[in-house]
Amino acid sequence: MSSYTPPDSGALLAGAAATTAPVPADPAPALLRTALDATAESVVLCADDGHTIVWINTAAAVLAPGLRPGQSTTTAPLGALARAAAAGEEAFQDRHEGRHLRGRRRQLDERHYAWYLHDCTDEVERAAALEAERARTSFLAEAGRRLSASLHQGRCLRTTVELAAAHLADAAMVVLPADRRHCTWTRRVRGGPVEEGSLRETVVSEVPGLAEALGGFPPIPTRWLDAAQAPPWLLPEDFGPIGALLVTPLPGNAEPAGALILARRGADARFTTEDESLARIFAARAGAALSAAALYRDQVDTTAILQADLLPPELPQPDGIELAGSYQAAREALRIGGDFYDVFGPTERSSDTLVALGDVCGKGPDAAVLTGKVRQTLRALRLVGTPPVDMLHVLNQALTESARQHRFVTMVVGSLSRADHGRVRLTLATGGHPPPLVLRADGTVEEVPTSGTLIGAVARIAVRPADVELGPGELCLLYSDGLTEARGGPAGSEQYGEQRLREALASCRGMPGVAAVERVRQLVSDWVHNGSRDDIALLAIRAPDRTPLSLRGGGAPSSPFAIDARRPERRSRTRS
Amino acid sequence: MTVPATTAASLDDPALRERFLGMVGDGDEYAAVELTTSLLDAGVPAQQILLDLIAPTQARVGELWAANEWSVAREHAATAISERAVAAVAGRTMVRPHRGRVTVACVDGEWHALPVRILAEILRLDGWRVDFLGASVPGPHLVTHLHQTGPDAVAVSCMLPTRLPRAHAAITACRSAGVPVIAGGRGFGPDGRYAQRLGADAWAGGAREAAGRLAGDWPPPMDDPYRTPFLGDEEYTYVVRQRPVLIDTALRRLAGAYPATGGYDQRQQEATAEDIAHILDFLAAALYVGEETIFTEFTGWTAGVLAARGVPAAALLAGLRLIRDQLRDYPAATRMLDAATASLRDA
Repeated sequence: MSSYTPPDSGALLAGAAATTAPVPADPAPALLRTALDATAESVVLCADDGHTIVWINTAAAVLAPGLRPGQSTTTAPLGALARAAAAGEEAFQDRHEGRHLRGRRRQLDERHYAWYLHDCTDEVERAAALEAERARTSFLAEAGRRLSASLHQGRCLRTTVELAAAHLADAAMVVLPADRRHCTWTRRVRGGPVEEGSLRETVVSEVPGLAEALGGFPPIPTRWLDAAQAPPWLLPEDFGPIGALLVTPLPGNAEPAGALILARRGADARFTTEDESLARIFAARAGAALSAAALYRDQVDTTAILQADLLPPELPQPDGIELAGSYQAAREALRIGGDFYDVFGPTERSSDTLVALGDVCGKGPDAAVLTGKVRQTLRALRLVGTPPVDMLHVLNQALTESARQHRFVTMVVGSLSRADHGRVRLTLATGGHPPPLVLRADGTVEEVPTSGTLIGAVARIAVRPADVELGPGELCLLYSDGLTEARGGPAGSEQYGEQRLREALASCRGMPGVAAVERVRQLVSDWVHNGSRDDIALLAIRAPDRTPLSLRGGGAPSSPFAIDARRPERRSRTRS
Repeated sequence: MTVPATTAASLDDPALRERFLGMVGDGDEYAAVELTTSLLDAGVPAQQILLDLIAPTQARVGELWAANEWSVAREHAATAISERAVAAVAGRTMVRPHRGRVTVACVDGEWHALPVRILAEILRLDGWRVDFLGASVPGPHLVTHLHQTGPDAVAVSCMLPTRLPRAHAAITACRSAGVPVIAGGRGFGPDGRYAQRLGADAWAGGAREAAGRLAGDWPPPMDDPYRTPFLGDEEYTYVVRQRPVLIDTALRRLAGAYPATGGYDQRQQEATAEDIAHILDFLAAALYVGEETIFTEFTGWTAGVLAARGVPAAALLAGLRLIRDQLRDYPAATRMLDAATASLRDA
């Protein structure tokens, strides 16, 4: 090899000043060639003229055994090199027989250049592994974030199959443990919608590994699951044959929260060991989210049952009397508290309507339970025809004699009846509660002259009832002290106070009861601004307007429907 | 949401709208309900009655109040009647839900419930199962509801920019609970331009648009709800925390700056304090979102409302100056106050 030097490359390898001196200034061509053969970098020396390969070093011959001196690089048996040479590019990167090759071209002199080829397979594989690890981490981070977001089971199920079908498989399905012999399922094929349904418990065993996963047994490795055994109902028909199946339990509260089924399509599909372990980690997170949601749902169901009786009632609309109520619990999610109101329609014994609004000491569920008892007592007393004052006495006795001490209630009880000429008559009695306010037709606001002792504190109470008559358009407002004691205003800590309430009520002149209650609520809410709130209960009793003109300034023509609208069934409309 | 064209003519009749406005303005619930139900009976689609009769009438009611032609009582009464008319339409139209579940609510402190109620009915008519939570829904109540019902979307309404900080908190909380949010209402600015900044997944200018958006490509892809930039800076924090002091100082200096206020009685003084509080609340909202126009639009609108009630612009200008004097070290706030002052002077 050293005896033959191609004329073109000779000059190049020999350098400018070959010499036989004992300490050569430049090494001999043979030495240089040996040195190039010894490097790991592959060197393909080419002549500009026709891209002819002039010489290749040993590393290049190993990397691309087909390369020979004399070939043109444009037709070399190394596709990427050929393409890059033909296109006149300076660099390329490609796969060649399972290796990742990177090449760059350097001009050496006017007529020569070399391709330096580099086997970067390890680098690329390391980068790919890092990328995969990053993808796994970011997938698990996203899964953690999204799964922990909701306490609603349906949402958790949807999120689980959405994430799994996007990142782990072509299709994902969650099957929940059987409830009354049926298992509900949620599934999604990648790119498709989330579907939900249920299947009979008996068919669970048709899916390889599913019965074991739901039964709390260790998961069966995917390589032992025969995808061909999967029943046709498992996935939508157009999914095609399942190539690989993975069934893993969703760990729950000491028993599986469900099972996750993953499917990949295509004959050569499979789940690698890494896929399987990633699926397990994901399943653990999904299982935790689903079990938390299940616990929460149990709590919510229980609370809803308990709450149902404690929430303010739907108000009846007795003929000739307008009723409007509003209840706002302190800033708690439970919506129940120590304020309450209730309305009881006519009974066999009495044609009157009974209203009550009160406030028990304390807040939250504890107080709410007491309001429930008070309301139930009132309802019973109502059935035996007890008048308002006696109701307060009986209630006081019941509370003072009960085992639990220091449970006070303040409340107003009133009985309503229609009088002549569209008027409404009220008999009101209060037990330690702020007296109701009356908005007269001329815009003045009066306090109802009733007073009484706090209920539940002392054995004998004094109650002084009062009678009030409302003319058409006049309104009586029962309220809890959460309203007047609401702190806010420009100074941030001033109480709303009775004077402001009177002014607010005066500004409601002419409004329907619903609008008046809403306006008072709104004014107080604006007053409170960002401060804390107490429970606030409002109940308005109003004698309806005789004519629809009370708001109008002058004598504009009446609406053609006004007469029609006076029909008696006008109040039978259901509340939305 | 397709609407036969043949019946549209009856709602385009201006006399009909005027008649309906008269009914709600008279507090004549029965006439208003009668009219809407007779339209339903005549085959007018419920959507049209809600959106082409009741909604525009309500917009007129607001204008009449702003122009001081209607009293606040009449405005509230009219709103209550419109609400009954909506309920009447709703009670007579049953639609089997076939889409999904939507929660509809006003943000905390937001009391304009009628447009939201109409949206709720439009969505129900479009096949959604709708939970309408009503006016001024505290954030924790809303989030609890989401965990309990797992809806596909939350529609939040905010009509007043002063509620935007609370709207932002609610939107972030809803999205953290995994439920995408569609925002609506004037509070989110022209074309809803603040909605995106507050992290909403979508914005709709009206009920039809909202129904279309939800019926289309929903849910949108969910990114991390805490990836949206933090809003509000130390200027916002200062204005909110110092609110009582700023108001108090402004009131004490007011008599000197604007002598006419010297003889105000208790009621008038409180009203003045409320006005100054209002200015601060809008300023805080503008600082929070970083949007000067929130503040200048408010001052422009207020000047108009005051003018309709015979109050000269000088009063508002005095209020702005009293606040500006106390915020000299806060460049963004000062800039907004100056811009508002300049545009009031030009007007």
